[in-house]
Amino acid sequence: MKQQSLEVLAERKIIVHGRWTGYRRLLAARLKELIREPEVIFWLFMFPILLAMGLGVAFRNKPPSAVRVVIARQAGAERVGELLRRTPDMPALKVEVQPPAQAALNFRLGKFDLELLPQDGVVEYVYDPARPESVLARSLTDHALQAAAGSKPAVDTRARVNSEPGSRYIDFLIPGLLGMNLMGSGMWGIGFALVEMRQRKLLKRYVATPMRRTDFLLALGSSRLILMVTEVGLMLGFGVFAFHMRVVGSWAAIVLVSCLGAFCFAALGLLTACRTQKIETASGISNMVMMPMWIFSGIFFSYDRFPAVVIPLIKLLPLTALNDALRAIILEGSPLVSQAAPLAVVCIWGVISFCFAVRFFRWT
Amino acid sequence: MYRQVAIRCEGLRKTYEGKVEAVRGLDLTIYAGQCYGLLGPNGAGKTTTIEILEGLLEASSGKVEILGRTWREHAAELRELIGVSLQETRLAEKLSVRETLELFGGFYRNARPVDDVLEELALTEKADAWTGKLSGGQKQRLAIATALVGNPRILFLDEPTTGLDPQSRRQVWEIVRRFQTEGGTVLLTTHYMDEAERLCDYISIVDHGRVIAAGTPPELISGVGGHHKVEFALMKEAVVSDEVWRGLPGVGGVQSDDGVRTLTVEEPHRTIPALLAVVEQNGWNLSQLTTRQSSLEDVFVHLTGRHLRED
Repeated sequence: MKQQSLEVLAERKIIVHGRWTGYRRLLAARLKELIREPEVIFWLFMFPILLAMGLGVAFRNKPPSAVRVVIARQAGAERVGELLRRTPDMPALKVEVQPPAQAALNFRLGKFDLELLPQDGVVEYVYDPARPESVLARSLTDHALQAAAGSKPAVDTRARVNSEPGSRYIDFLIPGLLGMNLMGSGMWGIGFALVEMRQRKLLKRYVATPMRRTDFLLALGSSRLILMVTEVGLMLGFGVFAFHMRVVGSWAAIVLVSCLGAFCFAALGLLTACRTQKIETASGISNMVMMPMWIFSGIFFSYDRFPAVVIPLIKLLPLTALNDALRAIILEGSPLVSQAAPLAVVCIWGVISFCFAVRFFRWT
Repeated sequence: MYRQVAIRCEGLRKTYEGKVEAVRGLDLTIYAGQCYGLLGPNGAGKTTTIEILEGLLEASSGKVEILGRTWREHAAELRELIGVSLQETRLAEKLSVRETLELFGGFYRNARPVDDVLEELALTEKADAWTGKLSGGQKQRLAIATALVGNPRILFLDEPTTGLDPQSRRQVWEIVRRFQTEGGTVLLTTHYMDEAERLCDYISIVDHGRVIAAGTPPELISGVGGHHKVEFALMKEAVVSDEVWRGLPGVGGVQSDDGVRTLTVEEPHRTIPALLAVVEQNGWNLSQLTTRQSSLEDVFVHLTGRHLRED
């Protein structure tokens, strides 16, 4: 910056600004505003991590708890109890003997997974096929009983434990939350910010200056990009440190896909905000756009659970495509090329939204 | 004396959505160095007019020239030459005063140093305060500062003192005068007649989208027919025709408003003794008698039969 004077108002000091001063100041102002908004920091950075932590702990893969079995106290109950206590599977069983009425009641209340009724030399299993733990209890108890009574397996088998990171719920969840976060912060961060500025007449005030309109949009986009890198780093870093998640794919590919996702949702945010005058309207529109994706796009559970006919449609949603690509790259280390189809879906949404938004954007 | 024209518009019209005619044929010529006021009640079309001149709205028809340039051809250049304060802008609340001015200054190729502007607008003490924490007067000074930081030749102010306390209004007036004495041109809108009278060199009174009178404040006031007003009211008034008062010496006009008569007179020292004599002869009693100089308010009432601020 150098100083020079104008001949018109000679006594005033003047600073000459370069081409990019406006852009730099817009970007700096935007970032300062974001940092000074505690809600933004919470919803953008803390909330997804708290969500991951809560869900990760609640749905952690844990060994099944002991199978709870109740034996009705009638003739033969002693012998069955004795056999079960002798079996090598005993540690997995929790056996109690109770009067028949009480045993039946407690099974019905779910305090036991299986009820045993010894009668005339036959052991009757009372179980509920709709309760997985009840089915498991029946099969485990039967096996234990037969083994204790001396039956030999017909086929030799052996087992090996494998519970490595990569197949757990938290591994599925974190890329989904990352996608959801990119959607939310794009829609809110761009759409809301713009509508608020329009409502404050700040957009109008800006266009009354020599500010380049492209600089303004560029600064808004750049601020998104900077936040996006932070979001991705925090989310994956959290997964790696707190849940020992393994990031198989390359970080460059992850950042690139996140960039495309951030661009796509920023463009959607721009589109929802391009003519909206009121914050309340913007809020309604954003929720309407995001709601189907929260449900269908496989954030918390796989969209394979939906009927097969709608799955092709679900795959056309931008968040579904983004989540698929993120999961494939983060969890399986798929090369970028193999994700061409979902990435194309993300790009098409982004480009179309951006073109419409710029075409219909209203500054005043 | 030859004077350069800063703003000229001819036959300006603006129709919203094909129905509401906000501006219906408005001509203005504003010379460089002038402080020009658009005075009129709310809804007269002042804001629409000033926003067209600022290049923020497009006129339905008519010609606009700012410093010899048009918005259609020289928009980028004109943006560098003018400073604008809109009627209601809420600046980003979580930026400081200094950051806000640096942001706006950054948009201009040639800007004034932020510190100079802060000092000129008495905001140095508040430089590091967030704009959301400022008082109404400080906010308004900051809004004007964002217009001045680009070192404009023309300053556009839309209702610069609406809603401000008297002291803040005076501060704004001083800022405007200082800008003008340093060679700047000012166009402002207001519905305060005292503001227009004290601040403006030249005034156009606008009503229903048209200029109904224009001139310097003294010219406009003398156009009403007298420089003085005599206001009086009678106790338990018998029905007295206005003709009685009109017949008094030197009376240019009579108005009645809620029992109070207002006489427009040229020479109060001739009219008042005659008025008192008539009251005395008829055995009436005066409950009120005041004299004052005519104001722009009187001009507006004279022209439209309404007050500027009618609630």
